[in-house]
Amino acid sequence: MQAKKVFAKAYLWLVLIVLYAPILFIVIFSFTEAKSLGNWTGFSTQLYQNLFNGSMQNSSGLLAAVKNTLVIAVIAALVATILGTIAAIGIYHLRGRKKQVMTFLNNIPMINPDVITGVSLFLLFVFIGLSQGYLTVILAHISFCTPYVVLNVMPKLRQLNPNIYEAALDLGATPAQALRKVLVPALRPGMISGFILSFTMSLDDFAVTFFTRGTIGLDTLSTYIYADARKGGLTPELKPLMSIIFLIILIVLLAINIRQSKQEANSSKK
Amino acid sequence: MAEDKDIIIRLDHISKSFGDKKVLDDISLYVKRGEFVTFLGPSGCGKTTTLRLIAGFGKPDQGDVIMEGKVINDVPPYQRKLNTVFQRYALFPHLDVYDNVAFGLKLQKVPEDEIEKRVKRVLKLVSMSDYEDRDVESLSGGQQQRVAIARALINQPRVLLLDEPLAALDLKMRKDMQIELKEMHKQLGITFIYVTHDQEEALTLSDTIVVMNEGKIQQIGTPTDIYNEPVNAFVADFIGESNILKGRMMRDRRVAFIKHEFDCVDEGFGENVKVDVVVRPEDIYFTNDPAKCQFKAKVNSCIFKGVHYEMWVDTDTGYELMIQDYDPYPVGSEVMLYIDPDDIQVMKKEREANTYAAKVIGEGKVRFLDTDFECDTTGFAEGDDAVATIRFEKVDLLDNEEDADLTGNVVFILYMGNHYHLTVKTDAGENIWVDTNDIWDKGDFVGIKILPQDIQLSKPAAGNE
Repeated sequence: MQAKKVFAKAYLWLVLIVLYAPILFIVIFSFTEAKSLGNWTGFSTQLYQNLFNGSMQNSSGLLAAVKNTLVIAVIAALVATILGTIAAIGIYHLRGRKKQVMTFLNNIPMINPDVITGVSLFLLFVFIGLSQGYLTVILAHISFCTPYVVLNVMPKLRQLNPNIYEAALDLGATPAQALRKVLVPALRPGMISGFILSFTMSLDDFAVTFFTRGTIGLDTLSTYIYADARKGGLTPELKPLMSIIFLIILIVLLAINIRQSKQEANSSKK
Repeated sequence: MAEDKDIIIRLDHISKSFGDKKVLDDISLYVKRGEFVTFLGPSGCGKTTTLRLIAGFGKPDQGDVIMEGKVINDVPPYQRKLNTVFQRYALFPHLDVYDNVAFGLKLQKVPEDEIEKRVKRVLKLVSMSDYEDRDVESLSGGQQQRVAIARALINQPRVLLLDEPLAALDLKMRKDMQIELKEMHKQLGITFIYVTHDQEEALTLSDTIVVMNEGKIQQIGTPTDIYNEPVNAFVADFIGESNILKGRMMRDRRVAFIKHEFDCVDEGFGENVKVDVVVRPEDIYFTNDPAKCQFKAKVNSCIFKGVHYEMWVDTDTGYELMIQDYDPYPVGSEVMLYIDPDDIQVMKKEREANTYAAKVIGEGKVRFLDTDFECDTTGFAEGDDAVATIRFEKVDLLDNEEDADLTGNVVFILYMGNHYHLTVKTDAGENIWVDTNDIWDKGDFVGIKILPQDIQLSKPAAGNE
């Protein structure tokens, strides 16, 4: 019994180490000045200073890439949340076979490999003559984020009493008011998780961005790092940047989890 | 018919279909101001659809919804002066009790202090005063129901619509709420339109009951009218317990059933006419006086039901009757029984046999119910229209599809004392009525077989093109 427990614990730790070692590796080596990865030349925050005071090489390029990434992610996630919520409401009210077909169609883009999505969007944009750049990247990101929003809003719709929209109309709300004051607040948790998921999907996308950004030199963080690494080794200042991004994501995830467990505690009280 | 100014809602020849399914078929009724009207019927009878048309969630395909003299077919729900209490309450989960109730007033931009006053008043009316800040999902079913009623009443509707509001509550709570609803109706003086499948609830609450089945109104009347004088076997069977029997009107005020003759109070049926007879189980009396005895029977079961005993007896003529009495009679005992003339309800027979419009499609072949049948077509030529008549007891129901002419589902079962009278809906949606001694369950899928010699063809009635 005892041995079994020890083994189970050891296995768990092994899995965690395999999962998190690469990230820890980057975080640790962000606190040293060595140019090449894996060399420890003593503790230093020099790389962090370089990152923030702009003294690294091609600092403006990196800054632009970070800004592009955030702008694209925010816009894409916002639009996808709106489109996805509307689509979810539509699909929810379909009946029988139509509903199955639409749910199935919604699921395909999520399993479709990014490269294929990227290439096909590229071909589509060329075909309709849309010049590639900011707009096409945003459109592409909206298209692969929307299904995730649908997936997140759907369960909230299922939990909803089917009559609450009608109850709002009955009490004197116009359809627009009923949507704003009743339906959206009730669906909000699903919309928020859909938004966060879309945001992170957009943030770390490489393949689709790579094929749809065109030739105007538009870089997001992922394409910037890719280009940077090909040019002759990773710029050392990227290590602190990645550590910071990891930290932010960790905080956001913790916040969501805490909020969720609070909500669950509330509802279990009932 | 009541004066127009007393009528708040009128439905005028309303029909409604969803896809191929006709859910309302030519519904006409009116609701008087201040009345408590209940739509009563089994699930799928169209009662909720009727309520939704009044509320404005959907339009009739034909006919008009008229409120206070104006056709409101095209008026959206948010402009109608009526409010609804929904099945399973439909409270807004993200708002607390106060904000749920205040929802309608806030939309109308009523000043905050007046909202507060009115919310407090209406919450007091439904005995929920101390719950203003509570999360609605933390409330019990009964409490949520009260909030839903308060939310609907605060807009001061002229008509309150209630869609099976008590269906989700347990029995005790339901009884309490029934009394409270009745009180509220008296106190507020507004019109209540109530939907339920629970006949006892309908009898307890209503001024007027509208009994519906399969999209049609069966009977409209006061609870006592409907209980004591059901117009057809469906109403008699649906409202309360009853013995429904085949009978024959011998002449005015004299009817024969269970192979005995009885005095009754009904007139105007004609002489020697087939009828249906309803006798409520509490209206069959035991007697020790041979002079009063109208027929004899043997008790074959006796069950205590709380207030009364429910007994099944076999009459000396081979019929089974249900009797309710405060005193039990031992199983196996011979008893003498009588029925007061007042308590015998005679109903016109809706039909005496199955009749269908048919077409002769060849020598010895005829088509009706979307099916080809063989029968004697003497006197008819190919292509002739005809009427096919099949007696109830001549329709065979089978377990298997292979030997059947067509298939259907048992939708309604009536026990007639010594046999069952079934309504079978064919796959094409037509009804066949069947008399049988076999026991089937509601919903059973059955094969239907009609033998050639049991189909009688006749010429269609003249002028019935």
